[in-house]
This record gives sequence, structure tokens and C-alpha cells, in this order.
Amino acid sequence: MDARRLRALSGAACIVGVDESDEIGTLPGKSQLTLHVEAIHNALRDAGLSVRDVDGVFTAGQHSPATIAEAIGVVPRHVDGTTVGGCSFIILVGHAMLALHHGLCDVAVVSHGESGRSGVGVSPRRDTALPDQFETPYGFGGAPTYFSLITTRHMHEHGTTLEQWAQVAVSTRRWAALNPKAKLRDPITVEDVLASRPVVWPFNVLNICLVTDAGGAVVLTRPDRARDCAKRPVHVKGAGEAAEHVMITQMRDLTFSEATRRAGETAFAMAGVGPRDFDHVMLYDAFTSGPPIMLESLGFCRPGEGVHFFEEGRSTPGGTLPINTNGGGLSYTHSGMYGIFPIIEAVRQLRGECGERQVPGARLSLVNGMGGMLSAAGTLVLSSEP
Amino acid sequence: MEPDRPVPRITPEARPYWDGAREGRLVIPRCRACGAAFMYPRVACPSCGSRDVGWIEASGRGRLHSFAIAHQILNRAFKAKPPVILAMVELEEGPRLLTNLVNAPADPAALRCDMPVRVVFQTLTAEVTLPVFEPAGGA
Repeated sequence: MDARRLRALSGAACIVGVDESDEIGTLPGKSQLTLHVEAIHNALRDAGLSVRDVDGVFTAGQHSPATIAEAIGVVPRHVDGTTVGGCSFIILVGHAMLALHHGLCDVAVVSHGESGRSGVGVSPRRDTALPDQFETPYGFGGAPTYFSLITTRHMHEHGTTLEQWAQVAVSTRRWAALNPKAKLRDPITVEDVLASRPVVWPFNVLNICLVTDAGGAVVLTRPDRARDCAKRPVHVKGAGEAAEHVMITQMRDLTFSEATRRAGETAFAMAGVGPRDFDHVMLYDAFTSGPPIMLESLGFCRPGEGVHFFEEGRSTPGGTLPINTNGGGLSYTHSGMYGIFPIIEAVRQLRGECGERQVPGARLSLVNGMGGMLSAAGTLVLSSEP
Repeated sequence: MEPDRPVPRITPEARPYWDGAREGRLVIPRCRACGAAFMYPRVACPSCGSRDVGWIEASGRGRLHSFAIAHQILNRAFKAKPPVILAMVELEEGPRLLTNLVNAPADPAALRCDMPVRVVFQTLTAEVTLPVFEPAGGA
């Protein structure tokens, strides 16, 4: 890894528009392509741009970028459909920065739409041949059956407890209470999590993310053009990605995400920052055990210590390192591939738009997400300053 | 009898694994160049990249690397009654498999990571037998 070359890309693009689809939640009347289109239009309006300006289309999931381009009526000069799980949108922000930097496009949109709850306008899953042969005959299938194995092993090696994982849900719900768009806003306690319906031990239902219908989009351009947009730009200072495995049997260490470590290493080197520099953090929380393991893999703490951020109140409103301030996949929304939403929240925090849940003086934000079972990872370093 | 769970769709590369299981043997790929045994079956060694891959009969002994207890199964084709112990076993030879732990209580207090296990075979259809694992006793 050549840090000097990475540094040359730092700040080459700005995020100038973000938004969700018109509604998020349970939307049986909308196919997922509609969720894409709504989010793109809303994010472009946020940026003060129009669909006619878009010449780079980036998306992940069931629809190809060609489908999205067609749906919004543009002929992009650059397309990218990298799909490695829910973090793909985080990775695509990095790809968009690269394309903008080299002049392959001038206005890029990264788009997500998923009818994860209602299943309207969806296609069959991909990459199922190996799981169908070696996993589903045993009752595996659905993320909780896999992520639970990571979680059990972490408890074995590090002594983490069900109570500690529950603290992640409690902290995240406290943020959701402050977000009018969050689906679940009533306060919960550790006892509530432990008493909630068992799904796959060690997970009860309150350890597991929501399943919703939602779209989201992010608009990027180069800093020179960003000056003409409607709002103050947010600068992409660092971007990193990695992919380790798809089958969980191939994960080198169940308790530590090598993909996350590598993605973070690249993003931090590009931005010239380290874990201590952030004042706001967004981590992909499909399960309560995810964020602590991500903090460990990113070098915020030693292995086994990630839960301390949550049980000591550092992550909560008023804490020293606010984490998942939108209420996360656990309480705000989780359509299936959640990765666009932590980017949207980080941008809103850095613009100071978050009302009751605003992190005072937020200047540098980390966005980190996983694809699959900590299989792939994307990391962004976002800044309110150039 | 109708199988109580989804039947694996066997790929050509994995045929010796499933043929072995049907005969009550755990047969896994091993690289002839670097000696690494691995799963799932592939035509190139994931450790060293060699295309010289053969097959060995594994001992059937291993350790419970991790586990989970499913109180509900989302896949409707899976009809075996929950709770089901979902298991990742690390074979003595190195590779890890997803499987079930059987002949053991579905109680986290009675199970621990790294406990010794051994393979047993469950006939699913005339063609497919599933390797599953049971506690092997001892430390």
C-alpha cells in the first residue's frame, strides 16, 4: 500500500446531495425500482441539481446500473454495479470519487432501493449454489443463522456477554428516539433485549435489525462544481474497501474482520487520519455484535473491547463518540442492503442538519459497513472541511 | 420417506465428497503441492494456488468451532423441528464445515466452543447422505 498515491485521491470528490425515498418503512404499494427513483430525485433536489446533470450511475443489489439509468432517463458515461453485500454503496462512493477524479463522469449518483419487507418487484437471490449445497440442508439461511456463529465465537474467545451485546441495542434506540424517521423510537433496556423473542441464540429479536422497504441516494461531484450546489459540500477524505469471503467457513478468524481492517487501513491512509480523530461514527448494525467487532477490526480498541464504547455510554447521545446517530439498522431502517443510510446520516451530521440528535461540532465522520457476514467491507472518512 | 430438509444440489466438483458421505466416509479435497486440506471442493488450492488437488479420507474427528441454536427456521423447505443446533466444525485436518450438532441438548449452557466432536451420517435420499456431528466426549 503506497500511502502517497492514496493521499493524492483524498478530497477528490464531495457529497453534495443525500436523501431517502419519499417514505421508508412498510411500502407494499411500491416496487423497489420506484424506491431507487424517488431517492435519486430527492437527493438531486437536495443538491440543487437535476436528473439531466447525472452522467455516472452507481448501484448495487438486484438492479444493474443500466436499469437505474433507464428508469431515470439518462445515458451515463460511467456505470458501476459492484455488489458485494450491504456495504456496496459505501464502496461505490469510493468508486465514484475515482471516476470523478479521472473525468469519467462529472455528476455521480449512488443509488439504493430495496423492497426488503414487502418483496415488491424483487428478483431471486444470486450466488446461492454453494450455500444450497453445503449450508441450507442444515437449517442455515438468513443472516442471523450465520452471524450468530461469529457472535458465539467472540463470546468464547473474549468473554463478551449477552448483556454487553444488548447495550448496543439500547444505545442505538436512544438515538432512534431523537430521529423522527426512525421506525422504533420507544426506549428499551438491557432486560428488554434479554427478554425479547429468541430467534437464533445468542440473538433475540432485539439483537437483530429491522426488515423494511426503503431507498436512499447520494450525489457526488468534484469540489469545483460542488461550490455551485445548494448546500455546503461534504468532502470524501478517504475511501477503502476489501472482500475476504462469502462462505462463513472461509472467514480466517470469526472474531475479527480482515476485510474491515483492510478497508479501514486504506481509508485512514488516504485521509491521513486515525481512529482518535473522529467525532462521529456510523457502523453497519445488522446485529448488535457487528459494531463492536468493527471497532475492534478498525483499530479503535483491542479485540474484545468494542463493547466498552456502548456499555460506558460513549456511544450514546451526549457521549464522547456518538455511534449510529440515525438509530441504525436496529431501530431506524434496514431494507436488506443498509449501506447507503449510514452515509446519508453522516452527511446530515456534518452539515449540522440533525436537529435534536445533532452531534455538536461534528467535523469528521467515519462510515464503515460490512457486506454479508463481515465478508466484505467499505470505509469512508467524511469531513465538513476541505 | 420425504426428506425433512432441502436436499443439496451436487456440483460436479464436489461429487467425491457426496459419494464418500453416502458410503459413510468423510472425503475432502487436499492439495498435493502444499498439503493443505480444504473445503468446499475447488479445482485450485485456496492456500497455494496449485491445480494439483486430490482427495483424502478425513478422520471424522474435529472440534465445535462455533454454534448457534435456531429457535425458528426461515427456510420453509426445512421441516425438521426446531430447536436445531447450527454448528461450525473444524476438522482435525483443518477445514471448517457448517453442519448440525446432534445427540446433544439444544442448550447453550451444555455446549462450548472447541468441544470435541465426531462425524455421524444421516441418510437423506438414495443419493445424498449428510455428514453431521455429535459430541465425542473427553476434553
